[in-house]
Amino acid sequence: MYTLTVDQKRYSCLENESVLDVLVRENVNLSYACKKGTCHSCLVRSIDIKPPKPAQAGLKNTLINQNYFLACQCYPLQDMHIKLPNQSEFYRMGTVTVNTLLNRNTMLLVIAFEDAFEFNAGQFVNLQRSDGLTRSYSIANVPQESNQLEFHIRRLPGGKFSSWLHDEIRIGDSIAVSEPRGHCFYLPERREQGLLLVGTGTGLAPLAGILTDALRHGHAGPIHLFHGSRHFEDLYRIDEMQQLAAQHANFHYMPCLSGNPVPDGFSAGRVNDVALSHFSDLKDWRIFLCGHPEMVNQMKKMTFLKGASMADIYTDAFIVSST
Amino acid sequence: MSATLYERIGGEAAVNAAVELFYRKVLNDYRINRFFNNTDMDTQLAKQKAFFTMAFGGPNNYTGQDMRNAHARLVKMGLAEEHFNAVMEHLGATMVELNVPADLIAEAAAIAESTRKDVLGK
Repeated sequence: MYTLTVDQKRYSCLENESVLDVLVRENVNLSYACKKGTCHSCLVRSIDIKPPKPAQAGLKNTLINQNYFLACQCYPLQDMHIKLPNQSEFYRMGTVTVNTLLNRNTMLLVIAFEDAFEFNAGQFVNLQRSDGLTRSYSIANVPQESNQLEFHIRRLPGGKFSSWLHDEIRIGDSIAVSEPRGHCFYLPERREQGLLLVGTGTGLAPLAGILTDALRHGHAGPIHLFHGSRHFEDLYRIDEMQQLAAQHANFHYMPCLSGNPVPDGFSAGRVNDVALSHFSDLKDWRIFLCGHPEMVNQMKKMTFLKGASMADIYTDAFIVSST
Repeated sequence: MSATLYERIGGEAAVNAAVELFYRKVLNDYRINRFFNNTDMDTQLAKQKAFFTMAFGGPNNYTGQDMRNAHARLVKMGLAEEHFNAVMEHLGATMVELNVPADLIAEAAAIAESTRKDVLGK
């Protein structure tokens, strides 16, 4: 008999009971449906140990890497500490060290922490204002000794949180930051694989983190980054990306503009169309899609139809909050 | 004891090879892709993996009632015989593409065929 610990409460797991069986018996609130490992509704996370292998069958490798597993398929082999998806989040305080504009509506926000902040480049966190207002933002850098997180904050029309960050936050202010989340990030494996990165607007934030991470791991396969927006003034970090492309023979950067005018060196058209027209076959490619939900969903389907395996497609769709 | 269909057909590796080929065919088929749109693709793929495991005679505990419940929403959208036939077509074509021997294809097709009434809510 093993003990399951959830949110400081302890439950006994009897022989032949799955983690889900125990949680249901104890009336712990967790959504589930098929109980067959198919629907992935009961996805939870092991905080300390690697869960039993069968409980991770069919999960994305970035979820497996973070010890996520399916409660219905998990028959514990030892005591486990489990985190549920709806469990309250742990926030820590950081200090704003940089708030400069990257273009006319996007701010570079850097938050520093006293202790190490562990994350995978490409993940996101929730930022929280003192009144509780909370928004998700992608981390744009890779883990560093300086314990800093970098964000690209686009000012949204009528956006309460982004306006607050743009207009009121000052250097030295404190801000609450959640634990990192999400499974759109680079794992250093299959280094010869081609990487296709496609993003709109501040979708560049997670992609820049993923790109830096891949390059510093010595990723050897070709890496193509397509960054798009409507107008030239809404792109950013163009010089930096061009410089990176000059320094790394396997990295290719293409800024795309769907509106007019389109200066030399830029592609005309929507970033998804431009990217797709570049490749006749995406078999064995690893794909990262970040930004506008419509672009992300459309590209997910199109890259799959062009031969990419679903397990190799990582996405982060930016849902705009309505409250 | 002779090997099960699932073992003869290649087990989980065969399911993994088949499921993406099959899903691409389905998404490209205008007759049926509306039933597969507006669902999360990762979830959809996991379901199709379960479907293939079942069709290949692999370990599953799906009941007819599960099949009914899972497809009830689609039946309301107009899911009918011709759509089931189209899926059967792609199932067969996928196995042919993977060089599965004809007798095993027939066995798998018979298992899939046995779900017809439940899937269509009849």
